[in-house]
Amino acid sequence: MSPLPPPLIEMRNIEKHFGSVIALAGVSLQIYPGECHCLLGDNGAGKSTFIKTMSGVHKPTSGEILFDGKPTQFDDPRDAIAAGIATVYQDLAMIPLMSVSRNFFMGNEPLRKFGPFRLFDHEKANRITMQEMRAMGINLRGPDQAVGTLSGGERQTVAIARAVHFGAKVLILDEPTSALGVRQTANVLSTVDRVRKKGVAVVFITHNVRHAMAVGDRFTVLNRGKTLGTSERGQITPEELQDLMAGGQEMAALEASLGGTV
Amino acid sequence: MAEAARPTPVSDERVKQMSGMRRALIRPELGGIVGTIAVFAFFLIFAADSGMFNIQGVLNWSIVSAQFMIIAVGACLLMIAGEFDLSVGSMIGFAGMSIAILTVTLGWPVWLAILLTFVLCIAIGALNGYIVVRTGLPSFIVTLAFLFILRGFTIFLPQLIERKTIIGGVSDAAAGDPVAWLFGGKILNGLFVWLGDAGVIAVFERGNNKGQPVVDGIPLLIVWAVALVIFGHILLTRTRFGNWIFASGGDAQAARYVGVPVNRVKILMFMFSAFCATVFATCQVMEFGSAGADRGLLKEFEAIIAVVIGGALLTGGYGSVIGAALGALIFGVVQQGLFFAGVESSLFRVFLGVILLGAVVLNTYIRRLITGER
Repeated sequence: MSPLPPPLIEMRNIEKHFGSVIALAGVSLQIYPGECHCLLGDNGAGKSTFIKTMSGVHKPTSGEILFDGKPTQFDDPRDAIAAGIATVYQDLAMIPLMSVSRNFFMGNEPLRKFGPFRLFDHEKANRITMQEMRAMGINLRGPDQAVGTLSGGERQTVAIARAVHFGAKVLILDEPTSALGVRQTANVLSTVDRVRKKGVAVVFITHNVRHAMAVGDRFTVLNRGKTLGTSERGQITPEELQDLMAGGQEMAALEASLGGTV
Repeated sequence: MAEAARPTPVSDERVKQMSGMRRALIRPELGGIVGTIAVFAFFLIFAADSGMFNIQGVLNWSIVSAQFMIIAVGACLLMIAGEFDLSVGSMIGFAGMSIAILTVTLGWPVWLAILLTFVLCIAIGALNGYIVVRTGLPSFIVTLAFLFILRGFTIFLPQLIERKTIIGGVSDAAAGDPVAWLFGGKILNGLFVWLGDAGVIAVFERGNNKGQPVVDGIPLLIVWAVALVIFGHILLTRTRFGNWIFASGGDAQAARYVGVPVNRVKILMFMFSAFCATVFATCQVMEFGSAGADRGLLKEFEAIIAVVIGGALLTGGYGSVIGAALGALIFGVVQQGLFFAGVESSLFRVFLGVILLGAVVLNTYIRRLITGER
């Protein structure tokens, strides 16, 4: 990926404290357009806190966020969304009781004029939804089909398609594959690949090294609130990543006792 | 951009195609529609010659149904937004008493009393919502507190001021007041007189009103009910705000993540519920000419039952205003119909319980078909 364009987002020395707990102790990261940046780490490593800082849910205790080269501060998720940072949360992406079309346009409903009133333009919403779903390879019975009837992988895909449709430049995916089966995971990974090729930067959070290796361009490992460095694809093996995530020697010992199956 | 591996949309063998008939039937209101047909069929068979379906009878159960509809619309939108309002009944008593005290005891003009009561009650609704949103407590508990607080004031204030629990004399004060007419008046008087003259509807045979039609107009109560149902239905299904109502009740956190102002939506729905309760109370005070401390008792549950018969989900995110209106219609027709049919009135509860259970079982089944819930 050289020569690199300027980073879309640069996080510099981000620290986040919750009372006496130091969740992030100085994390730095650059995200480039069109790359899939995998953020790996074990449970409690600070991945969630870090991406919530990036998406405006938390404000950093100290450190700088540069968006398009300019220092930025997001006061709430709306700010981040408006700037082009969209986050797809694992289980909070969609509302199962609502139709795909209503979900797709939730918070961004298209309007049409009706006399002095402005009404939800269902026709336009339905048409775009069907179009986008087809492009993502999901067959809907109709735009009014409820999201609850879709599989977990399809729901993630709808959420990703929605974020991209509304102009996300950075797409943060919070463990999109952790609850999915093999086939669905493959679908989500290929969606990530398709989105990346459109020039969207993808931040892919996972603790599954194999999923990360499948789509990642660069890999950053978080451990106990710190980064253990960023490596490019081809410079690191899955085993090394796994070791970094779990913290080295203890894991090596554990792994040996399990016969190298982890 | 060339995409090599774009999946071609072939029809999925695991997505069952639905017939048009089935799709037309599978809708949230189906329970309400079936219930309405069942109830009308029942009374057409057992009470057809009791006068239930002549113009007076129709007006009789229409008025009762319209009362239920007014509060059901508010309860429906609030329930879809994920919250309850148990203070509706007490709010009705409180609003009525407020109007009566302001006009009769303090001698204010009726329009001003009505206006101030609306402002006061909507503010209490906003307070309800604000507390729920701020504390994260279940609205069930917060509005239960207001059920007691408002009822307590409604009993205490008239006793303190007038030493009685019913304040009358509003009719005299309201005569000729345009705002009072908006709640207690009738429209289309000319049409009914003409229909009476033309012999289409019955006219009084003797007495002061000899020659006048037995029904001399449509009460504005019914107009309010129909208008609120239409407003609620359009708001919910055809506007951006309606999508936010569904989203707020479906999953508040997911809605917040995409920028839906969930707290604002919920507080506004509490205010709307209070508005509907106040419309109900104002119409009632104008009709009776008095306010009583026990008015509106248990109305919150009747509203919620109508909404649930109409297909709404108690936990929010799903429902229909048309369904709620049908639920209210069932309620009104059953309550008045048993009277026409000469059935012991306590059986009203039995009948209602059976309909409630039947409609809810059917609704749950339909909802699972639509939403893929297990």
